Amino acid sequence: MNQKHQSPYHYVRPEIVSVLTSEKLFTSAEQQPTRYAYAEAMLELGERNPAVVVLDADVSKSIKTNKFAEKFPDRSFNFGIAEQNMMAAAAGMASTGLIPFATTYAVFASMRALDMVRNSIHYPRLNVKIAASHSGITPGPDGVTHQGQEDLSLIRAIAGSTIIAPADPPTAKLAVWAAAEFEGPVYLSFTRDPVPVIFDMDYPFKIGRAVTVRDGTDATIIANRDLVVQSLVAAERLTARGLNVRVIDCHTLKPLDVEAVLKAASETGAIVTAENNIFYGGLGSAVAEVLVENLPIPMKRIGVRDTFAESGPYLELLKRYGLSSEHIAGAVEEVIKRKP
Amino acid sequence: MAQKPMSIEELEKMAAVIRCDIIEMICTAEAGHPGGSLSAADIVTALYFRVMRVDPANPRWPDRDRFILSKGHACPVWYAALAERGYFEKPHLATLRQLDSILQGHPDMNKTPGIDMTAGSLGHGLSAGLGMALSGKMRQKDYHVFVVIGDGESQEGSIWEAAMSGAKWKLDNLTAILDYNNLQNDYAVDETMPIAPVPDKWKAFGWNVVEIDGHNMQDVVDALEGAKSHKGSPTMIIANTIKGKGVSYMENVCEWHGKAPCKEEADQALAELRR
Repeated sequence: MNQKHQSPYHYVRPEIVSVLTSEKLFTSAEQQPTRYAYAEAMLELGERNPAVVVLDADVSKSIKTNKFAEKFPDRSFNFGIAEQNMMAAAAGMASTGLIPFATTYAVFASMRALDMVRNSIHYPRLNVKIAASHSGITPGPDGVTHQGQEDLSLIRAIAGSTIIAPADPPTAKLAVWAAAEFEGPVYLSFTRDPVPVIFDMDYPFKIGRAVTVRDGTDATIIANRDLVVQSLVAAERLTARGLNVRVIDCHTLKPLDVEAVLKAASETGAIVTAENNIFYGGLGSAVAEVLVENLPIPMKRIGVRDTFAESGPYLELLKRYGLSSEHIAGAVEEVIKRKP
Repeated sequence: MAQKPMSIEELEKMAAVIRCDIIEMICTAEAGHPGGSLSAADIVTALYFRVMRVDPANPRWPDRDRFILSKGHACPVWYAALAERGYFEKPHLATLRQLDSILQGHPDMNKTPGIDMTAGSLGHGLSAGLGMALSGKMRQKDYHVFVVIGDGESQEGSIWEAAMSGAKWKLDNLTAILDYNNLQNDYAVDETMPIAPVPDKWKAFGWNVVEIDGHNMQDVVDALEGAKSHKGSPTMIIANTIKGKGVSYMENVCEWHGKAPCKEEADQALAELRR
C-alpha cells in the first residue's frame, strides 16, 4: 500500500497537506484570490462559448475581467457604477440567448441590485450568472461597507436560486465552467483576499454535490468558500488530540447536498458548519434545517455572529471574529463532547 | 406576420376594442389598474397591430421585435393586445389575477405567450430592453426593442442609469415611450416628486426625443415608425396622455390608478367606449 492511499485527504494537493499546520500555508504556499481565478476561467470560457458575455460595474480592474474586455471587446460591457441597470440588462440579454456574467462585489450584487436579481433574473429563471467578489469578510482591509457577509443568506432566500461558493482557485474555475453549462441563474461567490491553492484540477466538481476532502469518523466539518482551508487546518490539528475529523467542501450552498449531510451525520454523529458569512440563513442554517427535521445530532455553527466586522488583515479578522481554524477546532471538540 | 399592418382608422377601432377588454378584465377580476392601462392603449395598439415585426404563432421567434411594458401594473392593456392579436384565446382575459391563470397580476414571461419580459417592479424594464438591444447589436440582428415606461416610474434611479447607458452604446434599436399621464399611485406626479422638464432631461442624456399626443393615432404611429428608422441614438417618445383615457369618470382621476370598476361603472365605461 502506498502512502497516498493511506492519506485521509482527497483531491488536496500533497504540498498543501504537508504545510496545513504550518505558518507556511498562508505565506509560501501558492495562493490567489478566487476573483482572479474567476477572471482567468472567463478567458477560457470566452474562447469556448461565443454566447458568453461579461458585464462589469467599474470593478473590472479589481476582478481582472478587464482581461476579458481586452480579449473580447465586443462581448464585454462596462455599465459603470450602476449595478441595478447591469443586473436587469443581464436579464434582457439572457432572454435573447446570451449567457451574461454580471460581475461586481457581493455587497452590490446581492443588496444594491437585489430587487433586479429577484424579480428580473430569478423569477423569470433567466440564464444570468452573477459573479460576486469580496464575499464574506474577505475584503479585510476595505472594511464593513465592502464586506459581503450577507450575500449567501440573501440569495439563498430567493426561490430557485443556485449558489456556489468555491474554496480555492482551481475549484473556482471549475465552478465557473459548471455554471456556464447550467441553465438558469447561478450566484458565484469569490474572495477578495488570497486563499491557498488546495485542490488539483481533477477535483470532481458537480453543482449540488458536496465533496468529502478529508475522511474522518469522530465528527464532520461542513464548510464553504474560504473556510474550507481553515477546516482542513482544524482537522489536521485535531489529529494530534486523537480526533479523526471528516471535512466536506460544500461548495454548492443551494441546492444543498442533503444526502452528504445526512450521511456525515449518521456516520460521524456530530457536525460543525464553517462559513465566512453571517450566522443567519447561510450554510449553518441550511445544514441545521436538514438535521433538525431528519437526524438531530450535536451541531455547532461557525460564522459571523450578529455583528459587523471592521477593517484589518484578512487572517487576523478571521481570528477576531471567530472564524479561524482554532475556532473551528474548538467547536469540533465541543460537539464531540456532546455526543451521547 | 400574416396580418396586414392596420390603417390609422383600423388602429383607432382596435384601440377602442382593447379599452373595452381592459374594463371587462378588471371588472371581472375585481382588481387591477385601469387608469394606466387606458392611457397606454393607443401606444400598445399601434405597436402590435402596425409597427412591430412579430409572429403570434411563434411568440419566441428570435428575430422578432420586442416589447416591454415596464410599468407592469398596466398589463391589462398588454394582455388585451396580445389576445386581440392572436397570441392566446380571448376567454383567458376573464381569468386575470385568478388561480391557475396564464394572466398574472403583473406580467410573467413564462406564463403568458407574447410577454417578452417579466415586469412589475418598477425601473427594471428599460434596463432589460437595453440588454436586448445590446444583444441585437452584438449579434447583428435587426430587431427593435420598444419599452413603455411610466412617469411615476421615472422617479426610479435605475431609469436614469439605463438612460445613460442607452446613449453610451448608441442603441438606435431601442425606443422608450413615456406614458406621461401625470398621475401616480398617491398623487399627481408633479406633486409627489416632479420629473419635469422631461424632454430636456432625455435630450441631456443623449437621446433622440420626440414629443407627441399619445392619443392621436397618427402621431403615435409616425413617432414609433420614425424611431424605428432613426440612427445613432436611442429614441424617447414622450407621449402626453390622459390617465383613464376614454372613460369619462376615470379621466385624470388619481383614484382609478389601482381600483376596479363595479358592474354598473363598467357598463357605463363600455357604453362610452363603444360610442
